Amino acid sequence: MPGKTHVQTKINGEDVEFLCEPRQSLLECLRDIVGLTGSKEGCNDGNCGACTVSLDGRIVTSCLVLGVEADGAEVNTIEGVASPDGLHPIQEAFLENAALQCGICTPGFIVATKALLEQEPTPSEHRIRFWLAGNLCRCTGYDKIVRAVMDASERMAAAS
Amino acid sequence: MTTTQEAPKQYKVIGTRPIRHDGADKVTGRAKYGADYQTAGLLYGKILRTPHAHANIRSIDTSKAAAYPGVRAVMTGADLPETKNEDGDRKITLGELGTDLKYLREGIMARSKVVFKGQPVAAVAAVNQHVAEEATKLIEVDYEVLPPVTDVREAMKEAAPLLHDDIETVELNEKTGRISNIAEHFQHRQGDPDKGFAEADVIVEREFDTATVHQGYLEPHNCTVHWNDDGRVLIWNSTQGPFNIRDATAQVLELPLSQVKLTPMEIGGGFGGKFEPYGEPIAAVLSKMSHAPVKIVMTRTEEFESTGPTPGSYIKVKMGAKNDGTLVAATAHLAYEAGGFPGSPVGAAAECVFAPYNIANVQVDGYDVVVNKPKTAAYRAPGATNAEFASETVVDEIAEKLGMDPIEIRLKNASAEGTRRADGTAFGNIGCVEVLEALRDHPHYTAPLEGENRGRGVAIGYWMNAGLQSAVNLAVNNDGTVALTEGSPDIGGTRTSISMQAAEVLGIPAEDFIPSVVDTDSIGWTFGTGGSRTTFATGMAAYKAAQDVKAQMIERAALIWDVDADSLEMEDGVIRSKTDSELKMTFKELAGELNSTGGPIAGRGVVNPTGQGGAFAGLIVDVEVDKETGKIDVLRATIAQDVGKAIHPSYVEGQMQGGTVQGIGWALNEEYYMEDDGRMANSTFLDYRVPLALDLPMIDTVIVEKPSPAHPFGVRGVGEVNIVPPPAALANAAYRAAGIRMNVLPMSPPNVMKTLWEQG
Repeated sequence: MPGKTHVQTKINGEDVEFLCEPRQSLLECLRDIVGLTGSKEGCNDGNCGACTVSLDGRIVTSCLVLGVEADGAEVNTIEGVASPDGLHPIQEAFLENAALQCGICTPGFIVATKALLEQEPTPSEHRIRFWLAGNLCRCTGYDKIVRAVMDASERMAAAS
Repeated sequence: MTTTQEAPKQYKVIGTRPIRHDGADKVTGRAKYGADYQTAGLLYGKILRTPHAHANIRSIDTSKAAAYPGVRAVMTGADLPETKNEDGDRKITLGELGTDLKYLREGIMARSKVVFKGQPVAAVAAVNQHVAEEATKLIEVDYEVLPPVTDVREAMKEAAPLLHDDIETVELNEKTGRISNIAEHFQHRQGDPDKGFAEADVIVEREFDTATVHQGYLEPHNCTVHWNDDGRVLIWNSTQGPFNIRDATAQVLELPLSQVKLTPMEIGGGFGGKFEPYGEPIAAVLSKMSHAPVKIVMTRTEEFESTGPTPGSYIKVKMGAKNDGTLVAATAHLAYEAGGFPGSPVGAAAECVFAPYNIANVQVDGYDVVVNKPKTAAYRAPGATNAEFASETVVDEIAEKLGMDPIEIRLKNASAEGTRRADGTAFGNIGCVEVLEALRDHPHYTAPLEGENRGRGVAIGYWMNAGLQSAVNLAVNNDGTVALTEGSPDIGGTRTSISMQAAEVLGIPAEDFIPSVVDTDSIGWTFGTGGSRTTFATGMAAYKAAQDVKAQMIERAALIWDVDADSLEMEDGVIRSKTDSELKMTFKELAGELNSTGGPIAGRGVVNPTGQGGAFAGLIVDVEVDKETGKIDVLRATIAQDVGKAIHPSYVEGQMQGGTVQGIGWALNEEYYMEDDGRMANSTFLDYRVPLALDLPMIDTVIVEKPSPAHPFGVRGVGEVNIVPPPAALANAAYRAAGIRMNVLPMSPPNVMKTLWEQG
């Protein structure tokens, strides 16, 4: 078995160190080593978006990033979206718009939506659909997800 | 935009839209799905799958894998209990489908022959998944490769390669002694089709081919199994049917049912595909060998290649009508691919194919045919979508020939109470007419549709829905909340739709319920979440359990006040005397008194309902056909569905929208692209490509509520029928857009271009 590599990173604002094999994906490291199982594996080849996390401010499918690439980087996952004050407006909007059924794709959608709304606070429906085209949902038909993102945009505007 | 028809009766909780109970966990990543399960000493299993679609296994040498560092156990099919002759007739129910035990076991791990690429032949448990995967590559299997057959029409030919030497074709309920790939041919007949066609003024007969498609749930199958030291087999997994999987696993392993305990974790979609044991018996054997818990999680490619898709089919439909639009005769030939083992959903297809119509003379012939593809599993109204794609495009063509409006011809012939399906079953209370009227009256139907190569199509779909067994327990907490335990995995908000029904009975808010989906040791036998049954049947169990609690609460109040229980009533969460206005107490106040007035109150509800009635959904869809590329874009879609009664309208709309979009994917793009050697060429999400957010418009919903008499609140079930109309509605829209009658699914760019060249 190959030797392990030391990775020093920041996850959801906290300093985290772990040992991983060079071949292990960031998704695998988050889930099996760090214990953050909110990021989901739907395909392990970058096509479903269920493992979406933010890496140094850019969203990535964490199954296509190696764990060792997180060394010196900042990782933000679904577990860091809510605050001690409560749910993030995006999370509230997903709940109130019933934008999830089974919920397995939801963490990826919320992380991707947060990145979108931080860059573009009032995206059009088409822009939302374009941005979220890398996140698959098989339950909802996307209607309520798109509505939730539009609702979240309004909530965030109202809060700021 | 959502239109909800006025309900005849006003409820306090039902029809409202509370936040789902598991919502916070699911938007924060805290919800634990099967693959998230962790335990000390966990090993990882990996399955070696055959690269051949059809081959005999000469020998398997696992010695190198067993010697590989980090490997704890290696198994082959010989480590599963041997199939005895009598197992051939032991039927196992798997959701809406079933199979024989011997075929189920062979599909889980082959012993001597493989019949689809991806069928398991061996497995390894190791310290991590990478080691396990490396070790599987060291297993040497000597195959005698055989020619495969992956198309239903080819498989039915006499010269076709035979998958099994023991499939004796059953012809109209009689064993024929003939060995073939046709496991069964059955027939339903009403009236005299020949006579009916002789009376017809217009007859349309068409042939259809539909490709194999997959449920495509986002979460791969997973399980962790620990063969405990006391002999019990403990399973944690993501499943639609905890009891179904428990029972099937026990039967495969030749264990008493109670020796297996299944704890359902959260489930990431199923759509019928998570009713079958795949990894569970394998992980159990590996656990027994290694004396440690073993986890198996499938890859996406394993999902496509090795779990049950829904069948490809060859269908011939002939229908005849009088000049006034009356449908007088219909016949269907339905040949469905079962996959490697018998058991396609062709039986259900035959019941559905002409069900929306009252036709006096009908004959349906169904064929269950084995081919070298993975064994099919249920998929949302299994069997119905293929068949009704065919019949609903033929009806559209008849309407066109007669110069009739497509909804008008459907309304003229629509099934109603008393109409018999092809199989002879008479409908009870159904909403076929109401769904068609809702479509006709929706502004979408008459809205202008401008632009070149654009067209509008409609179709209706039928599915039977299921009743079956459910159990619910309620326990009143002393703070006035109620703990609800149930055995139905929650795939789309059913914790809430079930709690809401109990809340309505007790007159307290849905938020005062604490629902839990519990393990198979902790609740009565509950059929899985499928068949559109959970809000219907488990909801009914919750209703009964709440009635039980209500009666006990009234009795307790009577005891406290020393009055006759008959003199008390409970409404809106208040227990009060009918005669003495001084005597009243809220549910919460009484709950606080329970332990000092006789002890706790718990209620139970067990049901096994029938008469759930049929479900109808109809779709209006606008498309644009690109004649240069063959691509079809969906511009607008409106689905109407009779749901009986919408308990939580948001999640009802969600089912309607989700089913519509799965139907759109099936119609326009999804298919198993099979190579000649029996390999699936597109076994990733990139190449299989389910619909994306960018492909779609908003999906408008019209909730039609014709209450079902079989349920206290009129619930009919909502999950499945919405997938049925899209392929036909899109094909009918494509005809009006581009003048082509599509007779193939998917209506993908290559197939549309081919049809344009042939017909254009």
